[in-house]
Amino acid sequence: MNAWRLSLRLLRRDWRSGELYLLSAALVLTVAAITAVGFFTDRIEGAMQRQGGELIAADLAIDARDPIADAISQEAQRRGLRSARTLTFRSVVLVGDESQLVQVKAVDAAYPLRGELRLKDRFSGPERPAEATPNPGQAWVEARLLSVLGASLGDSVQLGEQRFTLEALVAYEPDRGGNFFQIAPRVMIAMDDVAATGLVTEASRVRHRLLLSGDIAAIEDFAAWVKPRLPANAGLVDARDARPEFESAVDRASRFLHLAALTTLLVAGAAIALASRRMVERQTDAVAIMRCLGAPRHLLTRVFVLRLLMFGLLASLAGCLVGYFGQQGLIALLHDWFGADLPPASWKPVGVGIGTGMIALAGFALPPLLQLARVPPLRVLRRDLGAPRLSVAIAAGAAAAALVLLVLWQAGDLELAGKLLAGVAAAVSALLALGALLVWLAGLAATHSRGVWRLGLAGLARRPAASILQIVGFGLGILALLMLAVVRLDLLSSWQETLPAQTPDRFLINIQPQEVEPLGAFFAANDIRSSGIYPMIRGRLTGIGDESVSPEDFDEPRARRLAEREFNLSFADRAQSDNEVVAGAWWPNAEAGTDIRPQFSVEEGLAETLGIDIGDELRFLVAGREVAAPVTSLRRVQWDSFNVNFFVISPPALLRDEPATYVTSFHLPQDREALVPELLRAFPSLTLIDVGTLLRQVRGIIEQGIRAVEYVFAFTLAAGLLVMYAGIQASLSVRRGEHGVLRTLGAERGTLLRSLMVEFTSVGLLAGLTASLFAEVTGWMLAQELLGLPFAWNPWLWVFGVLGSGLLIGLAGTLGTYGALVRPPLAALRAAG
Amino acid sequence: MSTPEILCRAERLAKHVNGPGGRLTILRALDLRIDAGEAVAIVGASGSGKSTLLGLLAGLDEASDGEVELCGEPLSALDEDGRAALRGGRVGFVFQSFQLLPTLTALENVLLPLELTAGDNGAGARDAKSRAQEALERVGLSARAGHYPRQLSGGEQQRVAIARAFAPGPRILFADEPTGNLDQGTGARIIDLLFALRADSGAALVLVTHDSALAQRCDRRLGMQDGHLEALL
Repeated sequence: MNAWRLSLRLLRRDWRSGELYLLSAALVLTVAAITAVGFFTDRIEGAMQRQGGELIAADLAIDARDPIADAISQEAQRRGLRSARTLTFRSVVLVGDESQLVQVKAVDAAYPLRGELRLKDRFSGPERPAEATPNPGQAWVEARLLSVLGASLGDSVQLGEQRFTLEALVAYEPDRGGNFFQIAPRVMIAMDDVAATGLVTEASRVRHRLLLSGDIAAIEDFAAWVKPRLPANAGLVDARDARPEFESAVDRASRFLHLAALTTLLVAGAAIALASRRMVERQTDAVAIMRCLGAPRHLLTRVFVLRLLMFGLLASLAGCLVGYFGQQGLIALLHDWFGADLPPASWKPVGVGIGTGMIALAGFALPPLLQLARVPPLRVLRRDLGAPRLSVAIAAGAAAAALVLLVLWQAGDLELAGKLLAGVAAAVSALLALGALLVWLAGLAATHSRGVWRLGLAGLARRPAASILQIVGFGLGILALLMLAVVRLDLLSSWQETLPAQTPDRFLINIQPQEVEPLGAFFAANDIRSSGIYPMIRGRLTGIGDESVSPEDFDEPRARRLAEREFNLSFADRAQSDNEVVAGAWWPNAEAGTDIRPQFSVEEGLAETLGIDIGDELRFLVAGREVAAPVTSLRRVQWDSFNVNFFVISPPALLRDEPATYVTSFHLPQDREALVPELLRAFPSLTLIDVGTLLRQVRGIIEQGIRAVEYVFAFTLAAGLLVMYAGIQASLSVRRGEHGVLRTLGAERGTLLRSLMVEFTSVGLLAGLTASLFAEVTGWMLAQELLGLPFAWNPWLWVFGVLGSGLLIGLAGTLGTYGALVRPPLAALRAAG
Repeated sequence: MSTPEILCRAERLAKHVNGPGGRLTILRALDLRIDAGEAVAIVGASGSGKSTLLGLLAGLDEASDGEVELCGEPLSALDEDGRAALRGGRVGFVFQSFQLLPTLTALENVLLPLELTAGDNGAGARDAKSRAQEALERVGLSARAGHYPRQLSGGEQQRVAIARAFAPGPRILFADEPTGNLDQGTGARIIDLLFALRADSGAALVLVTHDSALAQRCDRRLGMQDGHLEALL
């Protein structure tokens, strides 16, 4: 007999009889969770790759903090390369009384050199390619800026000292880096308009870019020529490796979502294992008959493996289909992160989904099913004989191996996989222990109860393994959701609420030296207390002690970032009140009349990150000039005071004559919001950063991310329900017998129904209790130990966690069991016997 | 006169098991011979070892001592798969509890032994199906071909089991208390059907029963007591 043909027949018959429904549901759910995340992240990667060469709107770009020397662009022209210039900086636009932080990009007529700028003439209008760049006096903006400002195309906006007409909406900007994580909307203006705004001075924080395109060989030659000639604060950006910084964040988020989806596997794996064991029990007689009728063991083994393979393939494909539709949920939830215009997914997630399904089956279902082939034919005469019991070690080992393999695959990183597995093992162990304790207590409570309570609680305690498994399975799903709720609702709120009422919530940057006094007068006239107006000088760190500094010298990412960027230096006579000198000594006040030698005071965290000690000489490049001085003190800074603070400060004499802008922060009560447009009209070149709004936006982005993870964990919750259902199915025949006996002895149907409700509601309450306790303890540890925040017990967590869980499982379990048990007592006894 | 072919032979067959009270001997060095076409009844009280003997003769179990030959093959020389292959198509079974597969229809249950022994080609499959349909018709259940065991009465289930046993054209049939779960009237009809089909097919029959009246319908009767077999009148 052809094993394939027999397998297919048996598979069809098993499906028809409903034997495979539970196993299918568990596998489809697991694969759906993995592929929903898989399709989603695949489309994100596709969106990033689509930009490819367009990523920098050129073949090569030179990025700098200062204007790029004309000699460089002239040489590029001489070599036959096309060039374009852009200038990017932050500022504020004003429309009536509404203001908004924006990312301004000034472009010249040649932009872009690669890719296409696309515009829209109304919100829902079609996109059209831009035939040129903005004319002088025109601004092209992102659609969301209009929403925020309540403005329309054709309106006039104030940017610095210049007014602009909103001419068109920017639908697609090739080197924007997608729509990803941009808080400040885009405003595009002509390069010729920059001077008129008065926003860009020598000390301003702007990014100059020279874009180049042309023949590949010419580009490469030019790159080789220009690299050694670039100043220290400039760099080359190549189209091939111009991956935006956010790509690593997307990669991390993608891996986290995949790992979250794996919790579905963890819980669904229990359902798969239970369903497989039940299949073994129900098919034992069939196998014994087949062996009587002449089927050898090797044929049956092949048949079971082939049947599982075919089933796994079909169920995994179904799971991929569900996952394909499921990804729409993630796209909707993270709309603001990535936009909705994502390219179609590739087939890769289907491969991952099928692979996951097959590995899950191999780990959780194959070992018990293989035991079926070893059912002795003598079972037809001796009912006590059955399939050899699979040792717990082998069953657990196979399941663990499958889980480890899948986690390693999804995590792509041994350390991350190890941490996750350790965390999961700890959580499951704790839940198991807590679950066992609670089941034991329930048994104890049963002995002191009466009526349906006694029946129900005794039912729970009589099947301790199944009850504990249901508590853990469902508990894991609830725990995941409660943990996210704790983070989203409690920890984020707690952080914001720890800030004192008068904490500065606005920052003013780009204050010109000549504006300092008038600004101070404005504050005084309007009774605004600022944290002080401080000078800010841009400087690039070039050396520490005897060593010169380059980003490649540091392994730690934060240190590398600090070494790459320009520092905001400052000078002062006195240390600020929220700065504490922890090593060395601050310099004497200038009024004391003593000569103060050049020196620096450094923030202690920065000193530790970059390996700076008292006595080390620091060298900075400031406006093309080297400034050097030894470190004479280290300071501890209260960064969350939201006062203006600096990593590196010197006495006034060292930096006073360098080009500087000024910065300040202040608190503006809500009833004085009208001062904002007045301030910006009086000082049009200032950039106002509304920290409160920014924090709300950041919090909104984080909350969206958390909701996306909650969406994935909803699959885990569904898997928990499957575990419960699997547990019910496994105990059905025993329950039938019990109910048959009880009915025979006079118990009414209503009594049995109520006892079932007590049993399953108790399981649900215990699962919710376990999860809520775990979530609160973990939340407390995170708040107190990790974040240093006050933590308050959240009663609603317990209400939703415990009562919600009790209600859900109580209903689902009772409904899933009662129908199967309602039959005449004699029939029930016969069926059980 | 030609010597009848011996289909099943046991020589000094013994079976011991280890129990809580020590070694328990179920069968004590018994000899037995079943010729082709012969109907033999094994009668004994409950727990006398009748079903154990049946299991050994059919190659479902291994003897502790002695030898069994089935269809000319010594079973001790075969492993479990070898014994299964020997049974395929040659041995039929009818059990007290019917032993139908609950997830298969009546027709599919009858088809099962034919599927296990059919060739790999489509013609074999078609032939198997028509033989199964024929077998169901012979037991009067062709109208219930698409019904599941739970939809059939006890008598109807046993008829399906008989159809399954005879469909492959076995040379020997082992029946273990075939009417044990049936009422008297139904049981009598089942036995009539069993013997009628046996007569048509020429298969040998080993019938295990505690019903002496039923045993009288067989060619020979053997009594099981204390692990020994004795010929009965």
